[in-house]
Amino acid sequence: MVDFSHTYDVLVVGGGNAALCAAITARQAGASVLLLEHAPKAFRGGNSRHTRNFRSMHEAPTAVLTEAYSEEEYWDDLKRVTGGNTDEALARMTIRESSKVMPWMMDCGVRFQPSLTGTLNLSRTNAFFLGGGKALVNAYYLTAERLGVDILYDTEVRELHMQDGFVTHVTVTAHGFPETVRAKAIVAASGGFQANIEWLKEYWGAAADNFLIRGTPYAKGGVLKNLLAQGVQPIGDPTQCHCVAIDARAPKFDGGIVTRLDSVPFSIMVNQDAERFYDEGEDVWPKRYAIWGRLTAQQPGQIAYSIVDAKCLKLFMPSVFPAIKADSIAELAKKLGLDAAKLEQTVKTYNAAVRPGTFNDKILDDCRTEGLTPPKTHWARRIDEPPYYAYPLRPGITFTYLGVKVNERARAIMKDGKPSGNLFASGEIMAGSILGKGYLAGFGMTIGTVFGRIAGAEAAKYARN
Amino acid sequence: MRATEATADARRYMEICNACRYCEGYCAVFPAMELRREFTDGDLGYLANLCHNCRGCFYACQYAPPHEFGINLPKTFAQIRNQTYEEYAWPPPLAGMFRRNGLVVSMSTALGIAAVLILTMLWQSPDVLYGAHTGAGSFYAVIPYHAMVSVGTVTFVYALLALAMGFANFWRDAAKGKGAVEGASLLQALCDIFTLRNLSGGGHGCNDRDEAFSESRRWLHHFMFYGFLLCFASTSVATIYHHWLGWVAPYELLSLPVVLGTAGGIGLLIGTAGLIWLKVTGDQEPTARELLGADMALLVLLALAAFTGLILLGLRSTGAMGVLLAIHLGVILALFLTLPYSKMVHGVYRGAALLIYAIEKRHAAPAHAE
Repeated sequence: MVDFSHTYDVLVVGGGNAALCAAITARQAGASVLLLEHAPKAFRGGNSRHTRNFRSMHEAPTAVLTEAYSEEEYWDDLKRVTGGNTDEALARMTIRESSKVMPWMMDCGVRFQPSLTGTLNLSRTNAFFLGGGKALVNAYYLTAERLGVDILYDTEVRELHMQDGFVTHVTVTAHGFPETVRAKAIVAASGGFQANIEWLKEYWGAAADNFLIRGTPYAKGGVLKNLLAQGVQPIGDPTQCHCVAIDARAPKFDGGIVTRLDSVPFSIMVNQDAERFYDEGEDVWPKRYAIWGRLTAQQPGQIAYSIVDAKCLKLFMPSVFPAIKADSIAELAKKLGLDAAKLEQTVKTYNAAVRPGTFNDKILDDCRTEGLTPPKTHWARRIDEPPYYAYPLRPGITFTYLGVKVNERARAIMKDGKPSGNLFASGEIMAGSILGKGYLAGFGMTIGTVFGRIAGAEAAKYARN
Repeated sequence: MRATEATADARRYMEICNACRYCEGYCAVFPAMELRREFTDGDLGYLANLCHNCRGCFYACQYAPPHEFGINLPKTFAQIRNQTYEEYAWPPPLAGMFRRNGLVVSMSTALGIAAVLILTMLWQSPDVLYGAHTGAGSFYAVIPYHAMVSVGTVTFVYALLALAMGFANFWRDAAKGKGAVEGASLLQALCDIFTLRNLSGGGHGCNDRDEAFSESRRWLHHFMFYGFLLCFASTSVATIYHHWLGWVAPYELLSLPVVLGTAGGIGLLIGTAGLIWLKVTGDQEPTARELLGADMALLVLLALAAFTGLILLGLRSTGAMGVLLAIHLGVILALFLTLPYSKMVHGVYRGAALLIYAIEKRHAAPAHAE
């Protein structure tokens, strides 16, 4: 039973990885903790339940990580993907902590997988959760319950009432009823606003209606908006989001990993007008995976079609939805609702531009087009072996970059540059402080874990003094 | 395998799982799945029987109900397993036994006990039946040795034959084109069977009752399985004593048959009671409720076999021995008769599936991007 008249030491807003790490750490430090999760129990865990791994620095091979991944290499990777849009001190601290936190995770019941097959070979840099992110979330909830963290599901935080950078009380809707929660310290770990289509429309216009949200529908950004409106310093470009091209037939929310499609480099991508619009073979797929969401978002109707022939079908991991199959390009066009003559022309022009080469899907090969705009610079082979297959793609939003600025103690920073009195933040809501742009697989979980632990410890320390 | 709603669901689930693969560390089902891109009904029968029902994948699944994909592999695979038991049953006219299997097994148990009791009462005078017997041959004073052995042998051999035919039927469908049985594959399969490696959730335990991990089910099954084997060993040793050494039962408390039987009986009781407790207290969502009766009937039958055996041992020198012996043998008769028509058959198909897995793992490469 949660007693709303009780003043908790620490209130954790959110129910994903960062929130759980904060709640458990604060409770382990002796604080009384209340965790509020907007989702019902079945959908608890935010986007963490769709994740799979944790990027971890390590000097030597471990039971779950191969070789070594040094601080410098990790930092170089981060610098490259963010284009320098990061905070070196916070980033390096996060990287160093990532090498120390795994024993704590395992103590909390998180299990890692020994090795991995599959498409992306990440077992050197990333430790994989046995069973994936939902198994991790389950383990953390069990630990939190065992330690005596109070947990409420179906509870949305409406407003954190702030005065001079200090949260005085919090209004929530708990199982449909308005309540007031009081706590000495607050940890905001409620994610970004990627599931808030109206907010996305402020930057993307009507196109946002055609976006698919890969993760939780509960990341509406209510707490983020509320904090920014009360003078907490924003960080990260509000217009930007991590956006990949996923199977257009995916559910609007929570489609997760299975909507992912790796066909692009072996295909031609055409838009609604049956025209190609970008070099499909620009670079190896893991390096180009994240640009196709934006490219697709810029096409009319925010849709594109990846077209391959019989010889390419087995080269990539398909999405869960069956490929659309036809014996001729014209028939395929009809099934896709495209202009048949135009698609035939596009394929014909492309085929004519393909130069002979030695196809090798493992390297940047010499199969390319000549005299074609836009060109296809690698893996270009004629589309001439029926049956032909197509997958429709739409932009799939993973997360947004806008967040609240924090210092190295996870304390929220106010617009005047002063740290908040009792407000801490962890996870996606502050990740823009470190990952201002781009994406590094498993780094979101690293930020959430490291900052969740710091926020929990700092909040408990503050509340207990 | 017949196409049913369960196979249609399982095929859709497998296609989703194959695009996700987060569960590949849990058990053999997922690596086996990864060898395929398309799933025939035969494949689904094989994968369903490879599933040990540890439920790790259900709690880890981001697509479990109420997600619209609604993946519930433990439940659907249990339904398909029951479909396998029915379709591969021998002789085919007895397939219907698996449709209301809880009723079949519990009625057989009741009838088995009743039949042996009634026959014994008709056969023996009350002073023999209710009298205390001691010394060699005292059991056979109540139920003649030859009646006991001939009924036991006939029913047991029949059960073995029916199980072997079921195995052959399943093998023909599921092992097609998988390659030859080699020593190493056989060894791997036996190791998987005797250790229940796949009931360890990748080494960390299974979700026996809820999202928390435990190894209860694995250990309880070991108690039951090895308890059963000890009882079987006890009977075998007694047979050798009787036939080759001319030592006639009952045997001393510290004799090999009694020690083996007692240990086995206690193991069976612990295992079956624990498994019943897990079934009653566990989360019902990943289970096929309609099959609970079949599971419970067999667990209770096995528990009864152990319980009546131990009671018989305890009271064998009293006047209760005659009736207790008849009850115990009635339970054993029911067990032998329903062996090929109860949940017991899972061992045959699970064993076959594990052997196929061991074979194909040696021969094939995963069916992802080549």
